[in-house]
Amino acid sequence: MSKRQLQLEVLRYDPEKDKEPHFQSYSVPCEEDWAILDALNYVKENLDTTLSYRWSCHMMVCGSCGMMINGEPVLTCKTFVRDLPDRVRVEPLENFPIERDLVVVLDDVMEKLQRAEPWIIRKDPPPEDREFTQSKASLQRFKQYTMCVNCMCCYAACPQYALDSSFIGPAVLALAHRYNIDSRDQGKSERLDILADHDGVWQCSFVGACSEVCPKGVDPAAAVQQMKVDGAIEWWKQKLPGGKK
Amino acid sequence: MSRQPYVRPISRTTWYMRKGRYRRYMLREVTCLLVGFYSFLLIWALAVLATGSAERWDAFLAGQQTLTMKTVHGTALIYYLVYMTFDWFKLAPKAMAVQVGNHALPPLAIIIGHYVAWAALSLFVFWLTGVF
Repeated sequence: MSKRQLQLEVLRYDPEKDKEPHFQSYSVPCEEDWAILDALNYVKENLDTTLSYRWSCHMMVCGSCGMMINGEPVLTCKTFVRDLPDRVRVEPLENFPIERDLVVVLDDVMEKLQRAEPWIIRKDPPPEDREFTQSKASLQRFKQYTMCVNCMCCYAACPQYALDSSFIGPAVLALAHRYNIDSRDQGKSERLDILADHDGVWQCSFVGACSEVCPKGVDPAAAVQQMKVDGAIEWWKQKLPGGKK
Repeated sequence: MSRQPYVRPISRTTWYMRKGRYRRYMLREVTCLLVGFYSFLLIWALAVLATGSAERWDAFLAGQQTLTMKTVHGTALIYYLVYMTFDWFKLAPKAMAVQVGNHALPPLAIIIGHYVAWAALSLFVFWLTGVF
């Protein structure tokens, strides 16, 4: 396997020393089949032990190694050296505060995730002697949304979230929609009260960047547009005489 | 150790210049200015009609036939037909999750359906207005 010298320009920020972030350059001897995450691990192990970044699984499942590579939000375990030029700029995910180096603060999204209630809500008691039935057709409707690994690349690509962080945002809305269209769930109306409100789906102006950058092929933009339709129907239901209050 | 997260500044006026996908989005959204212009034109036309004066109505129509106005109308028409229609029809499948049996209807089928409906509606409007 051939070696290649990669020039990594990494955004560094030490909250105890720096007033603002700055770039630091590392020359890394890479194998062509390395992912950028491997190059960062090389830096950490051989060149600079102070570099901070998140990662865990190295197989596109944990969603923790999301970063900006040459300005694009990606999973660094899925972004390969062979597809990149000799000079690579590595930055923390955009639109989030920087905790340290490549680590961002995700508290805002975690709070929103809870607000969206992304779990099955039942009004009726569950069946006692068997499992919930789940048809193939029903599974097909929501399966793609279950692929989300919460890497937050979609938030880094969303200009609406960048300009107004009160927006609940793509991944959380997509996860909520996944439960809204699950035939076992009965919490759609309850969720829409929150998600079709001011900070929810109506803040999305359909740039569609979230779906373009998703490393798992999820389509949050579709979920948001479909929730707009659901939200409008729910609103009319409430306005009709005898409707839900 | 104290936490002092750093918030990167973002320009509220030039953010869309940074990436191609943002510029394409703005090219689509900027058509709202044309919508505003045609809303104004419609209100103006109604106001002229409301005066009941045939001369003023003829003058209004003549005003729309100048080279400048013809260029504006022509550019708007082409922009709407070529870019807006294409872009919105391309996005339509996202808002419409149509399922047939156990499978989702392919996005292309939804897009073609929109073009067919658009053509049928246009023919109906042409027939209604006596074009043919």
